[in-house]
Amino acid sequence: MDKTVASLAEAVADIPDGATVMIGGFGGSGAPIELIHALIDQGAKDLTIINNNAGNGHVGIAALIEQGRVAKMICSFPRSADPRVFTERYLDGRIALELVPQGTLAERIRAGGAGIPAFYTPTSYGTELAEGKPVETFEGRPYVQERWLKADFALLKAEEADPHGNLTYRMAARNFNPLMATAAATTVVQASRIVPLGGIDPEQVITPGIFVNRIVQVANPAQEEELNRAEAVYP
Amino acid sequence: MSIDLTDIQLSNAQIAWRAAQDIEDGAYVNLGIGFPEMVARFQPKGHEAIFHTENGVLDFGRAPEPGQEDWDCINAGKKAITTRPGTAFFHHADSFAMVRGGHLDVAILGAYQVAQTGDLANWSTGKGGVPAVGGAMDLVHGAKRVAVLTDHVTKKGQPKLVDKCTLPLTGVGCVTRVYTSLAVIDVEDGVFVLREKVPGISLSDLQSLTGGELKEASKVGDLICPEDL
Repeated sequence: MDKTVASLAEAVADIPDGATVMIGGFGGSGAPIELIHALIDQGAKDLTIINNNAGNGHVGIAALIEQGRVAKMICSFPRSADPRVFTERYLDGRIALELVPQGTLAERIRAGGAGIPAFYTPTSYGTELAEGKPVETFEGRPYVQERWLKADFALLKAEEADPHGNLTYRMAARNFNPLMATAAATTVVQASRIVPLGGIDPEQVITPGIFVNRIVQVANPAQEEELNRAEAVYP
Repeated sequence: MSIDLTDIQLSNAQIAWRAAQDIEDGAYVNLGIGFPEMVARFQPKGHEAIFHTENGVLDFGRAPEPGQEDWDCINAGKKAITTRPGTAFFHHADSFAMVRGGHLDVAILGAYQVAQTGDLANWSTGKGGVPAVGGAMDLVHGAKRVAVLTDHVTKKGQPKLVDKCTLPLTGVGCVTRVYTSLAVIDVEDGVFVLREKVPGISLSDLQSLTGGELKEASKVGDLICPEDL
């Protein structure tokens, strides 16, 4: 078994218009910039994007939005150092927003990957983000029901991958990536290094390969923060 | 309300210093983005708290020198941090399990309004624009103590401690203690209980600057902070 694909273009070739796509990362850390840019080149539109944020500057998710490909964002914090691309479209009504508390977003994705259709959380009880959701009391405290979150595709960034798709991550770039790997029908990973089987100590595997469908090597991947400091624009 | 607070109110650093004095040695602590981050600077000698940042790092080190940033190593405010002996990385579901699961000892947050019931409003001014919540609604649940750092009144002199929040809520009945520019106040059984106040203000003036009922604790201490912060 070898899940390696030869190019970024091949890795994202079958993402259709209207797809729901989870994209890993928290701000720029763990953001698969090269896969996002490959998706821009590929041309799919009317996408629903799930990420913690809604892009920064004019690269990555911001560039995908700027190219008019995103119909809806599901995120917790659509603000950044330079959020203009999302902000302008949101205020014009050209892009929809489902705002989800950060921990609830993480747990909805985890639940989606774990086959748990709904769960209860104290988060958002009594706030406008809980409106319309069922509430139950457990041990005297009220909890809000939240539903799982799944996607057609996940685009993720890892540090090392082996041909089976076992993954490690680098520092805080881990964030949402291991969760999203479990919750998409097709999980596509860019890794800084693809190593032979046995090249990752089994004790160090963070995402087991069963959750991964495709891997593509991107050595020395771009960092969104550095691209923005250089005022990069994609394409 | 024409009370001149200029010379008697605490600076943000002094408020952060006061909050830091209550953090136990070995406590697991999450500091909100911005003003609450200052608390880390003022830990009492011999006390070492372990700080959690919700994007997935526990026990991180100080900010790197400019030019030395590694953008895979950031905090929830997306600022560069460093590792140190003891640092741990983990994914978001584990991070929020730490938050909601009752594993943090203290969460320290900013506020637009705090109600005497412990309700907190700190994520939205309700004025439109782009709403953004981040981890605010998660962080108010689960920590053993949820403390707020805030000016006692708004820039226009309106109370930030109120009987009922008028801004969109972050959480219900979640705040346990408020460190303000004038006082240390606990939230107990639906009332504000005054524990300490700055010496320069009278009880009646402090009450007039507080939206809810301010009940005096059996002993109200003087809130005195180092001058040179």
